Amino acid sequence: MAKSKNAQTSQAAKRKLSEKQLHEMLYTMMLIRRFEEKALDLYSLGKVHGTMHLSIGQEATAVGASGALTQQDYLLNTHRGHGHCLAWGSQADLMMAEFMGKETGYCRGRGGSMHIANVDANNLGANGIVAGGLPISVGVGLSIRARNTEQVVMVVFGDGASNEGAFHESINMASIWNLPVIFLCENNQYAMSMPVEKSMNIDRISDRAAAYGIEGVTVDGNDVEAVYEAVHNARQRAIAGKGPTLIECNTYRYMGHSKSDRQAYRTRDEVKTWMDKDPIERLAGHLDMSKKDKDGLFKKAEAEIEKAVEFAEASPEPDVADIMEGVYA
Amino acid sequence: MPSPNGTREITYVEAVREALTQSMQADERVFLIGEDIGVYGGAFGVSAGMHAEFGGERVIDTPISEAAIVGACVGAALTGMRPVGEIQFMDFITLGMEQLVLQAAKVRFMFGGKATVPMVLRTPGGSGTGAAAQHSESLETWFTHVPGLKVVMPSSPYDAKGLLMAAIQDENPVIFVEHKLLYKVSGPVPEEPYTIPLGEPNIVREGKHLTVVATSIMVQRAKQAAEELAKEGIEIEIVDPRTLNPFDDSLMIQSVVKTGKALVVHEAVKTSGYGAELVSRIVESEAFDYLDAPVRRLAGLDIPIPYNRNLEYHAVPQVENIVAEARKLVRGEY
Ligand SMILES: Cc1ncc(C[n+]2csc(CCOP(=O)(O)OP(=O)(O)O)c2C)c(N)n1
Ligand SMILES: [Mg+2]
Repeated sequence: MAKSKNAQTSQAAKRKLSEKQLHEMLYTMMLIRRFEEKALDLYSLGKVHGTMHLSIGQEATAVGASGALTQQDYLLNTHRGHGHCLAWGSQADLMMAEFMGKETGYCRGRGGSMHIANVDANNLGANGIVAGGLPISVGVGLSIRARNTEQVVMVVFGDGASNEGAFHESINMASIWNLPVIFLCENNQYAMSMPVEKSMNIDRISDRAAAYGIEGVTVDGNDVEAVYEAVHNARQRAIAGKGPTLIECNTYRYMGHSKSDRQAYRTRDEVKTWMDKDPIERLAGHLDMSKKDKDGLFKKAEAEIEKAVEFAEASPEPDVADIMEGVYA
Repeated sequence: MPSPNGTREITYVEAVREALTQSMQADERVFLIGEDIGVYGGAFGVSAGMHAEFGGERVIDTPISEAAIVGACVGAALTGMRPVGEIQFMDFITLGMEQLVLQAAKVRFMFGGKATVPMVLRTPGGSGTGAAAQHSESLETWFTHVPGLKVVMPSSPYDAKGLLMAAIQDENPVIFVEHKLLYKVSGPVPEEPYTIPLGEPNIVREGKHLTVVATSIMVQRAKQAAEELAKEGIEIEIVDPRTLNPFDDSLMIQSVVKTGKALVVHEAVKTSGYGAELVSRIVESEAFDYLDAPVRRLAGLDIPIPYNRNLEYHAVPQVENIVAEARKLVRGEY
């Protein structure tokens, strides 16, 4: 199914990124994978509570998308947001500390996995509400226009989010006001247990763009270069005053929706088919990397994550005496 | 209604499921609609196995579209069906508020009493699972503030089954608030179908020193507190409204007349919480003349629910807080 959807794998993009850039991107993808594998371990050991949403298998979308934006741009992230957060340049140690609910974490342990933000770096946060970031992106777009800066905002959301009213209202507004918003839809084929085929009667989520008079494209979300290219083009358009773009990235999550998911709605074969299209393996293959070099890079990522865990574990818990802080400015 | 005594024990989640199953077996107008309630069995497993038993026409999985889920219930209810919608977490009802508050609640009145909206909206509320601020809300008073809606909050498996079966048979829109931490709590539940009338409170425990009025998970915590307090010779009486609106307050008022002291406990934030309603009812009644101490509220802090485990714990009343507060009231320290 995804094959027919991924009509435009972009040859052009492959020439845009240098070998060095691609190596950096590969490293970030490995870092994301190791971060999330570690998160899972910590959860299993009872060191974190709550739930979490892992993006293992979707790393190329996060890395390709952030890679095409600048430090001045804005990010609005989803509940499945560790990857985008790391790709945005966030520190693994401060993220890990947040994940473990520590005072040193990005949100002082108040937000947790689903709400990691780094407002200083224009990362306006992950969101626990499906489609919660879309209306906000309209406001960020308005603000960029009012301040007359060369910025764009990228809002990330899932296939499932595109069935919320907020998706439709926001895209329409961004369209009529020609705002510099990039709507990045990560189509990982499921919204929890709901397959895309059963939740909408269209083949491509990007087709919805036409209803609002904006540009819509579908790309192979496991191809980091294709994602980069699409977001790069969308940014150019936005900066040139040509308005928002809806980009659909076809990808797949290997793990369950969250920790409590028994995955009765899909088959092992299906998961395996997608694992064969693994974004990290693909990029490593494209770069003609030896197994030794690849393992070496993974080792480096592991070491960075280990250090992040050490930092988080050594960090203090929030003080209960401060519990009322931060509700009002 | 059958007594819970001497029957088998099941969990709260099983009790909710049994109420749904028996209601669907008895009345083919009843159907379920919500996100991931089919093969997945619901985010908390409430409808596990029901898709296999009743099929996709009666256990309907929806896209993520809360406004349309609530609206679909309204439309189906208006035209002869008895929908039971599930809102996956209480927090997400915010996306369905218009259909609930401005449509479901008011249609009958606006149409001069000529329409009925017999629908139930089930949803799990509360904190304690580490799900943080957007998945831990206790919003029940948003609904008690809307004439036309009924609001039910069962605190035990027995109440969950009987109240849900009554809610499904009721002719009005009912918000049925479950609690995530109660799902695994076990208790005696009769196997046969039964209903508990909406609006009737329950005296969960008798005592003479203090009336504790508690809702949902706080009833369980008040029961544990009562055991601690009994060791010190303090006997608290626990009143569970079970239905927040409508609520027949006479049992609560009689209890306060007897004990002369009242403590109200709920998880939702204190400011403008349901406790304010309960306290008002007490002080407006004849119980006022019998009060020996200020009527106190113990409730969630006025903050969103924090992620950190320890902060989360301290954000809402725990057993030890109820013990301490009850002790002070009974010892005349207020
Ligand atoms: C408004 C709202 N409804 C429901 C949920 C529960 N929920 C969290 S994630 C999710 C699935 C989201 O699917 P999708 O948008 O495709 O993102 P994915 O999880 O696949 O990354 C659901 C139903 C929620 N968080 N917010
Ligand atoms: Mg999805």
